[in-house]
Amino acid sequence: MEIKAPDAFSGGKTPSFEESARESLADAQLRRNLGKATQTIRAKRAVAVEEMPDWEQLREAGRALKSRTLRHLDEYLLQLEESVKRAGGQVHWARDAEEANGIIAGIAKSHEAKEVVKVKSIATDETKLNEHLESEGIEAFETDLAELIIQLAGETSSHILVPAIHKNRSEIRELFMQKLGARDLSDDPPDLANVARLYLREKFLKAKVGISGANFAVAETGTVCVVESEGNGRMCTTLPPVLVTLMGIEKVIPTWRDYEVFMQLLPRSSTAERMNPYTSFWTGVSEGDGPQEFHLVLMDNGRTEVLDDEIGRQTLNCIRCSACLNVCPVYERTGGHAYNSVYPGPIGAILTPQLVGIGKPGSDSLPYASSLCGACYEVCPVKINIPEVLIHLRGKVVRHKQDEGGIKGKLDPENVAMKAMAKTFSDRRLYEGAQRAARIGQWPLARGGAIHRLPGRLAGWTEARELRPVPEQTFREWWRSRNGSAEGPGS
Amino acid sequence: MLRGIGAWIPDGEKGSTLRVALFITCFNDTLFPETGRATVEVLERLGVRVDFPLEQTCCGQMHFNTGYQREAIPLVRRFVDVFKNYDAVVAPSGSCVGMVRELYPMAAELAHDKRLAADVEELAPKVFELSEFLVNKLEVTNVGAYYPHRVTYHPTCHSLRMLKVGDAPLKLLRAVDGMDLVELPEAKECCGFGGTFAVKNADTSIAMLSDKLRHVLGTEAEVCTAGDNSCLMHIGGGLKRQRAGVRAVHLAEILASEATEERK
Ligand code: SF4
Repeated sequence: MEIKAPDAFSGGKTPSFEESARESLADAQLRRNLGKATQTIRAKRAVAVEEMPDWEQLREAGRALKSRTLRHLDEYLLQLEESVKRAGGQVHWARDAEEANGIIAGIAKSHEAKEVVKVKSIATDETKLNEHLESEGIEAFETDLAELIIQLAGETSSHILVPAIHKNRSEIRELFMQKLGARDLSDDPPDLANVARLYLREKFLKAKVGISGANFAVAETGTVCVVESEGNGRMCTTLPPVLVTLMGIEKVIPTWRDYEVFMQLLPRSSTAERMNPYTSFWTGVSEGDGPQEFHLVLMDNGRTEVLDDEIGRQTLNCIRCSACLNVCPVYERTGGHAYNSVYPGPIGAILTPQLVGIGKPGSDSLPYASSLCGACYEVCPVKINIPEVLIHLRGKVVRHKQDEGGIKGKLDPENVAMKAMAKTFSDRRLYEGAQRAARIGQWPLARGGAIHRLPGRLAGWTEARELRPVPEQTFREWWRSRNGSAEGPGS
Repeated sequence: MLRGIGAWIPDGEKGSTLRVALFITCFNDTLFPETGRATVEVLERLGVRVDFPLEQTCCGQMHFNTGYQREAIPLVRRFVDVFKNYDAVVAPSGSCVGMVRELYPMAAELAHDKRLAADVEELAPKVFELSEFLVNKLEVTNVGAYYPHRVTYHPTCHSLRMLKVGDAPLKLLRAVDGMDLVELPEAKECCGFGGTFAVKNADTSIAMLSDKLRHVLGTEAEVCTAGDNSCLMHIGGGLKRQRAGVRAVHLAEILASEATEERK
């Protein structure tokens, strides 16, 4: 496997969103693939949602269920542990990615597995499980078609649900011919799927250990649930004799009945389907049927920190439907790689910085990767107010810079400018003085009724946009002259 | 034309005794004074007595949304002090009204200031974006405007999704005499302005703008209008750079235009 670019979870220094976005934006093929794909999913989702007369109530129910569960998370997790054990499974607790990877590798080694099969799981991407297993001499095979594609290409996922959304089918055809030795292959999706199927079936039958993530786990019964489209997940969770599931602690739901809400919200939001093709449930171990050993790894990896933040905690409501990615005007143009994280798009912009912590230059840029247009909040099936969390996190980033950034943070040009402006706005006379100064000060810049180029950091504005010069008379000057020299009726 | 006002005014009061303040916004005050003049004209034409408290400066939106939230708190306090004694505050800017109505509670919380929070709770529902004030509060859609141009309307994100002004601006535009109103395709897509986003993420912002401009130009409109001069400065700046021959004009200025008078 090729070495992947460092991302927010690998501990190294990652580039900022702005830097990475600039590269993606220049890729015309990527822009086209993404634009087409997101527009299609977006339109389909709108239709699937419009069918539901009680959609808004469902969203509210989803939000309420999640936030109530998170308030009592400790109790539900203990209940889940008990239920899984009662059903014959084993439960492990992992504080962070390293512990989770260690536990999973340990299980694989205890069965002398050299190869493991995996169903798409973002949690294992978050922990960089594949790389860790490789370092222990264990090869992990992704079995989700899209995950397989990006694994073969040595790339990283760019979408939560459609990891290879940035690739079109002729690019996939080339990849399969190169890496899987397929010949005379057309770029018809069924043909492409067939080649992958042949390759994967063999892996399924050989592997001793299967690894999955989880969409939900029921505290009451210990039942784990994976929602998918291709059926590869079903094979992954039933064919190998040992099954390991890695799950973030926020995925627990209290009762079996709660599925009623989530199974209506998730498929329509994610793939615009009334119901997705494969939904697998398993409860511990059943003798003589399916895996005879089941391990559930419950991972924190920063989540309890998120829970601690009153505004930020709603982020943990997320059911990873990716609706927010598909409607995001920023994601649609930059693609997922610009976010330098396994969690791209609006959810990534709020989840990544909270999980890895504020104060890291790369992920500190993520809350700013939004125009705050609010399209994400409008579609989110569990009503996460993403713009609110983005603004909240921007505040944390700035306060961190000011309070812990030392002299460099204080002299940061943006900080200096913002402080000066805040002072100006706090006093009417300073404000009016600044208005006059702006009018006089702009003369070297304005030509022919427009400002064509701004200096320094503001130059980004005039790269594609003219700027209008400050007019001769401010509104308040007009108001004063209209009402005589008096201060005006309101002051 | 004054038909609707009575419906809103509490018993025994008249439009002329109601205390309505104009919040011009620092941005319009300095860069787009003509929008302020137009707003005053429309309101006065409808019999509203407008006050302009000169102590007003900035609502703090740019600071707050960029993360300089501690710096925004004094501006929030100032806004509340200046405007709290009015019956209604009207601003020709969806995003600044959005800041006051939706984010001031968060600012008060951050300031750990219970009194500020209470003041905000009282004031916020009285702050209106111009089109919602006209249509929902005054219940007027025809303001007697005449504007013989082909116009397309961009619903800015904060008006649309934060304030939920709905079709109030379109109702006003549809009633304008002589105007050819054309629908903007993909109208609800963000134009890419986003405050400091336009500078911090200039490349992405420009990519979003170029799609918006494509749609605007496709309508063959001569004028693109909206309820927010910040988005219009961005859209208009792009149109001007392309020498597209299409103007960006604030909704208030269209509503203020009359057949008999010279254009302001
Ligand atoms: S934040 Fe909401 S819309 Fe986005 S993936 Fe999560 S649940 Fe879906």
